[in-house]
Amino acid sequence: MTSAETGAVAVPSADAPLLALEEVAKSYGNVRALHGVSLTVEPGSVTCVLGDNGAGKSTLIKIVSGLHRHDGGRYRIDGREVRLGSPREALDAGIATVYQDLAVVPLMPVWRNFFLGSEPHTGRGPFRRLDVRAMRAATRDALRRMGIDLRDVDQPIGTLSGGERQCVAIARAVHFGARVLVLDEPTAALGVKQSGTVLKYVAAARDEGLGVILITHNPHHAYLVGGRFVLLQRGAMAGSYAADEIGLDELTRQMAGGSELDELRHELRHDPRGEAQSS
Amino acid sequence: MTAAATEAAVRRRPGHALFARPELGSVVGAVAVLVFFAVVADSFLRPAGLSTVVYAASTIGIMAVPVALLMIGGEFDLSTGVMVTTSALVSSMVSYQLTANVWVGVGVSLLATLGVGLFNGWMLTRTGLPSFIITLGTFLMLTGLNLGATKLISGTVSTPSIADMEGYGSAGALFASQLTFGDDVRLRVTVLWWLGLTALATWVLLRTRAGNWIFAVGGDAEAARAVGVPVARTKIGLYLGVALCAWILGQHLLFTYGVVQSGEGVGNELIYIAAAVIGGCLLTGGYGSAVGAAVGALIFGMTSKGIVYAQWDPNWFTFFLGAMLLLATLLNAWIRRRSEATA
Repeated sequence: MTSAETGAVAVPSADAPLLALEEVAKSYGNVRALHGVSLTVEPGSVTCVLGDNGAGKSTLIKIVSGLHRHDGGRYRIDGREVRLGSPREALDAGIATVYQDLAVVPLMPVWRNFFLGSEPHTGRGPFRRLDVRAMRAATRDALRRMGIDLRDVDQPIGTLSGGERQCVAIARAVHFGARVLVLDEPTAALGVKQSGTVLKYVAAARDEGLGVILITHNPHHAYLVGGRFVLLQRGAMAGSYAADEIGLDELTRQMAGGSELDELRHELRHDPRGEAQSS
Repeated sequence: MTAAATEAAVRRRPGHALFARPELGSVVGAVAVLVFFAVVADSFLRPAGLSTVVYAASTIGIMAVPVALLMIGGEFDLSTGVMVTTSALVSSMVSYQLTANVWVGVGVSLLATLGVGLFNGWMLTRTGLPSFIITLGTFLMLTGLNLGATKLISGTVSTPSIADMEGYGSAGALFASQLTFGDDVRLRVTVLWWLGLTALATWVLLRTRAGNWIFAVGGDAEAARAVGVPVARTKIGLYLGVALCAWILGQHLLFTYGVVQSGEGVGNELIYIAAAVIGGCLLTGGYGSAVGAAVGALIFGMTSKGIVYAQWDPNWFTFFLGAMLLLATLLNAWIRRRSEATA
């Protein structure tokens, strides 16, 4: 992909992180959606990006997955600087994104969704056609490896539950040899049990050696699987911690707005004991 | 067995596969219409009657099939009816004015018609406007252009006959010939085009990468783009397919009569869309079948000729067309609720 490599200056090195953002920025017209955000993704680790609504999580994900070009800072893959122009370029570089809402086409069968955009062929010339048998079998196998046993991969994917759909999308990324898996709020719309299932697959993907970027606003879910936590606030970085540098309570407090939360608690509680607790 | 697997197993119902077929409604409808006219019109099932019915169905089906693919891809084309006329006019005009072999006109017409399709697709993907608006514009422009340009060049609303020109025979064989079996079984070449296009479209939809992309861009264009499907290229390709078939049908009209009436074609675009919808295409895209659209065309062919054989006023045809469309849409909505029910 020549267009992905335009402006390359750095020489790729063996010990460079899989993916690195350095002081990345993005503006939409006059609105500065993201600025000064840095993070790295190593193989076999989960980097969690936490932030409230409007903190810049979606913008970050769009830059990483190639939907938008960043307009400041550097984006490196294997140490090589890139400016991704399309999701296809990101996929070719091994970066697969599982979106919260637009991961799949609901009316299409599971197996067609699984291979959408990367369909395998068989036959030659005018008889070149989809390898339907292999597609069905591979879908069934990949899902079974993730612990989902669908008897009918022909059912429309819209008939699966939200958690199952997330898992199909994760299994798809793993099957296509993604090196970096970007997950956009995978547990946001799910119940406790289904969230647990999805987090199990996140851990499974990590243990297979993938680098994972987990975008979430749930610090409890992040803390279960995360190795590093990057906090976003109003488009800027509010902190970056390794898992052993920060506890769940502090993460939750920071995530919820830190001192702002203390003030809110102060306002909401008339009970004088509330002031004592808040320190 | 995980909980998810059990849930999936429970949700699977017997007979689901049959109900999930988009052409189910149209096949049931076709059988009902066939039985109805076989009873009320004596000559309907005779070889001559059936030949006429199948011919009428083929001239609708040649367009209904690519229109169905376009609708599965999530877009409309209101310019198809007059595009057929435009295509025929260009062939005729170019051949006559240049006094050239008619194949020259046929070739120029192919390029011009594909140009119209490219314009529709390019405008859609560049502007992001609804295809309804863009092709409504194309429809109105072509309607005016067909009449205006024909009057300007030939002085009347129809073209001069090209039936005695060089190449008319061979082009006629390709686009407008007929085979006769026995006394009164006539097979028009358009029937072969219709069946061939239906088979080709079905193959493309179900067994090629392009087909997967058509379903995807109609079902959820953003999701398709996110997994690397070239959405713009797929949609432009669909408009080119529609244009190609408009060219085939346009040449058929030209080489059947030798002349073209420049006001023809208005309203046919809705018949093509109705046939595709009866065949199971959802107006919202992402679902449908080429076979269904072909069966939808057959229903209209049977109805338009059946009414004549039953010796009724032919104006009842449009009433029937509307009623079938409403019934089909209700059935489609019901099918979608069944197959899209999310947990």
